[in-house]
Amino acid sequence: MATTVTRIEKLVGKRLRRKEDPRLITGTATYVEDIKRPGMQHAVIVRSPHGAANIKGIDTTKAAALPGVSAIFTGKDITHVGSVVCGADLPGLRKPVHHILAQDRVYFVGHPVAVVVASDRYIAADAADLVEVDYDVTQAVTDPEKALAPGAPAVHPEWPDNTAFLYHQTGGDIDKAFADADVIIKQRITSQRLVPNAMETRGVVAEWLQADRALTLFTSTQIPHLARTILAGQLGIDENRFRLIAPEVGGGFGSKLNVYAEEALMGFITMKINKPVKWIESRRENFQVTIQGRGHVDYFELAAKRDGTMLGLRLKLIQDLGAYHQLLTPAIPTLSVLMMPGLYNFRNIDADVVGVFTNCVPTDAYRGAGRPEATHGIERMVDLLAAELNMDPAAIRFKNFVQPDQFPFPTATGLNYDSGDYGATLQKAMDMIGYDDLRKQQAAARAAGRLMGIGISTYGELCAFGPSPATPAGGWESATVRIEPTGKVTVHTGTSPHGQGQETSFAQIAADELGVPMDDIIVLHGDTAIIPYGIGTFGSRNTAVGGPALYYALQDIKEKVKKFGKMLLDAEEVTFENGVCRDPKTGKEITIQTIAGAAYRAMKLPPDTDPGLVATKFWEPSNFAFPFGAHIIVSEVDRDTGEIAIKRYVAVDDIGNQLNPLLVDGQLHGGAAQGLGQALWEQAVYDDNGQLITGEFMDYCMPRARMMPWIESSHTVTPSPVNPLGVKGVGEAGTIGSTPAMVNSVIDALSTLGVRHIDMPLTNEKIWNLVNGAKA
Amino acid sequence: MIANAFDYTAPQSLDEALTLIGNGAKPLSGGMSLIPMMKLRLASPEHLVDLGRLKELSYIREQDGELHIGAAITYYELESSTLLLGKCPLIAETATHIGDIQVRNMGTLGGSVAHADPAADYPATLQALEAKIVLRSATGARTLSTKDFFLDTFTTALEPGEIVAEIIVPIEPGLTGTSYQKFRQPASGFAMVGIAARIRQQAGTLSLIRIGVTGLSGSSYRATNVEAALEGKQPTEENIRAASALVGDGVDASADLHASADYRQHLATIYTAKAIRAALSRSA
Ligand SMILES: Cc1cc2nc3c(=O)[nH]c(=O)nc-3n(C[C@H](O)[C@H](O)[C@H](O)COP(=O)(O)OP(=O)(O)OC[C@H]3O[C@@H](n4cnc5c(N)ncnc54)[C@H](O)[C@@H]3O)c2cc1C
Repeated sequence: MATTVTRIEKLVGKRLRRKEDPRLITGTATYVEDIKRPGMQHAVIVRSPHGAANIKGIDTTKAAALPGVSAIFTGKDITHVGSVVCGADLPGLRKPVHHILAQDRVYFVGHPVAVVVASDRYIAADAADLVEVDYDVTQAVTDPEKALAPGAPAVHPEWPDNTAFLYHQTGGDIDKAFADADVIIKQRITSQRLVPNAMETRGVVAEWLQADRALTLFTSTQIPHLARTILAGQLGIDENRFRLIAPEVGGGFGSKLNVYAEEALMGFITMKINKPVKWIESRRENFQVTIQGRGHVDYFELAAKRDGTMLGLRLKLIQDLGAYHQLLTPAIPTLSVLMMPGLYNFRNIDADVVGVFTNCVPTDAYRGAGRPEATHGIERMVDLLAAELNMDPAAIRFKNFVQPDQFPFPTATGLNYDSGDYGATLQKAMDMIGYDDLRKQQAAARAAGRLMGIGISTYGELCAFGPSPATPAGGWESATVRIEPTGKVTVHTGTSPHGQGQETSFAQIAADELGVPMDDIIVLHGDTAIIPYGIGTFGSRNTAVGGPALYYALQDIKEKVKKFGKMLLDAEEVTFENGVCRDPKTGKEITIQTIAGAAYRAMKLPPDTDPGLVATKFWEPSNFAFPFGAHIIVSEVDRDTGEIAIKRYVAVDDIGNQLNPLLVDGQLHGGAAQGLGQALWEQAVYDDNGQLITGEFMDYCMPRARMMPWIESSHTVTPSPVNPLGVKGVGEAGTIGSTPAMVNSVIDALSTLGVRHIDMPLTNEKIWNLVNGAKA
Repeated sequence: MIANAFDYTAPQSLDEALTLIGNGAKPLSGGMSLIPMMKLRLASPEHLVDLGRLKELSYIREQDGELHIGAAITYYELESSTLLLGKCPLIAETATHIGDIQVRNMGTLGGSVAHADPAADYPATLQALEAKIVLRSATGARTLSTKDFFLDTFTTALEPGEIVAEIIVPIEPGLTGTSYQKFRQPASGFAMVGIAARIRQQAGTLSLIRIGVTGLSGSSYRATNVEAALEGKQPTEENIRAASALVGDGVDASADLHASADYRQHLATIYTAKAIRAALSRSA
């Protein structure tokens, strides 16, 4: 008789600890800094101390004379190396040629001017100090609005208006919307520049093997394959002889979704000196020369009916681009335009974007990339409208939400929201926090002279990039599954996780599909010599694009497993479940491990079947995925000091199905911390000469554990129809939802003093001035 | 972020250290201020002499009715000393406001005093305690009051060849109440303002009040006008507020990205009152 198979517990959906953690918490993971090669040299880069200057001369004689110095290169040595690549394109986009070392002028503090190579890092640092650069300092401009003003210093002399591009997008009938409006709300809203501050700074080790004409380059990146393609082009070498490895990567947040001058520079150096070379970015350099995020000045105009119905939104968006374009710099504000309607039902928008050059390091994708700015804008505007109409901010949101029966919902900006129930998340958050009661408490607090605020943000985002037409390098992802002869499983993913936890969640998927233990699976990534081409990690895409690629590869390999099972059991049909092929007629069974052995020994093969068990899948989604949620923050402002206390933080996020809720919590909590960082503390401040005043942790306020509130987190689950896993993506959601909830809360607290809007960060002094000013 | 080359000596005795320092070497204690400055190449000493390992500078003892603290005592040792917690709790409490655990394990009282950072915490506390600072060189020793020792921003009465060797603080009778209250600069955690208060009451009036201030201006100081306004008075809320408002009188308040002069002055007022109230609640 047939034996009963015990049903193995499914792992997808379980809170499992991360497989990658043991090596991280025991300090045995290998980061770029840990890599040592025989004969390795060390590079230190000489950088511009000025925001804008002409280079009159460079004298390297003293530096070259220092014992241990093996080479020094300046701009004239690298003219044949391709310049830094911008992968984004817009009509009429002006692209400055950004050489990997400055030519005759520098245009931001930190601009690489020369590189010193020596037998150790200390000698290289000493020698870098001895390089004498003669600068003729010119006027800089660091504020994007000042840069647009007539007569401003030109960041690039060939474009005196400092305008890199103008971009216009319109949808519906904006003029009619404003003509029909009873109320029009106008507000200037800024989203300050932020420093991504990955825990690991950037770093590169490059090694050229002349005999093979082969380059190996270790770099701390989120996009190993794209980086290889781009760098191969810059260096003029064959992509197939170029192995790029992203070893352990200690965070990126978008700052490593890029290909930087230093990566090509190290490739150039090793090819020149025929020795391996290492460059590790200092924290100071990381502040100054790794991309920054945000950098918006936005002018919003919202048209609405007196009953609170929103009709249309106009936006003039001034994007501070910095001095040149990194990989995606000009594309980021276009994402803000896409998300400007938020979760609301109006279908008329009009957006004018100006991309502005300033003498600052470029902005580019930073956790959320364009969507936090848009969400902050619309969520502030909704609150301003509610205040104007004396409506409850929750009520006005319910009134305007896209309704569940409207999905898929085509927006005025050309997106197609996949699925959702926006009212459900807000209602759940309100129930959790006891909203009605809270408003009563607030009334009592106000009567007692206390400044208590309740802030709501109902955010949506587009992520899981994405269909290929919408993603510059291709919007698909790859996965390979190898079942080894013993039945152990090796998964290759083209994504490049660096903290997101896919070594665990992808193993969960494979374990469920193949019926093998988690421990029998390893997930590899980040090495172009091993992994088939992939796009990488950004835009909350690993699980939602890389996950389905893996899922479909697993389906293919299961088919093949079944063919072998059928042959080995001599059956007409077999089932495959929990790692066992079974003939339903006879009840005979054979395990995947036995099948794997047979597939490789290949003594006998099923018809039209090759030996081995390997499957590769490239998969592209048909659309983005659109997570959403509601965050509510209760705060209280101290009248005496302007301090803000977060009393409660409730977050209800809908990210579709959850593979591993523990990982989801981690992403949401970290995201919320970063979002609160922007709301309350962080800011990259430049002076008029282009010096970054908040260029170290003494002045740049990173959120610390002790500054974090307890987050009461919950979920609704609306599976995405876009992919077979029903997942939406969670990497950026927390960052996007938290910021406006915090700001709305504080403004609500101060609303009794007549405060309508405050720009971030909400520093204590800013708040104290408002309280104080109101008193006077 | 790489220091210039330098020599390093871990001396076996205080005498050896003082000889080297007399010859121009620079003292190193916890390194929590000096090493970052060297890494940024803001300081490039040629020779460091490590005082942090000297047993002769590492003690807390009671002697002749006072507490003597060796310069190399770390913040962690201060905050966890039962002797201090019992007999001069303000000095233990202050350590808990400093940096993070790593910094408190390394940083020393002597280093903080010698460094005289205008936003450091201990200067305020030592001012309020009327501490004495013992300086030593290869040729002798002298003892200064805090007023005579802390001169200006990063500037003290230390002469070349001299080190801070010891800090002497009073044993507080049980009646004394003390408190250190600090408003942190959000990024660095240093004091935007820090106020140390020390108070004794007698028959409903304040028989002693000492206020030490840090962070507000270029140097720590004792707010004698606040003290004068309250000494001999009843500690009513009204009196406390009125006196606290005097804390920054005539003081040239610092201004930076994190706080304007006005805001700092205001915080100093608020935190002075806060420190006084807390000290009062702890005085019998
Ligand atoms: C992350 C961080 C956070 C911090 N937060 C705070 C804070 O919140 N509050 C605060 O008050 N401080 C803070 N500090 C500074 C810390 O307290 C330092 O430890 C202190 O300023 C110097 O003490 P040190 O023992 O480390 O001295 P070192 O750094 O070794 O020396 C500092 C200076 O004093 C000189 N020196 C050292 N010892 C002697 C001596 N015995 N005699 C004469 N000269 C000497 C040195 O030559 C040097 O010039 C922080 C530091 C860090 C790194």
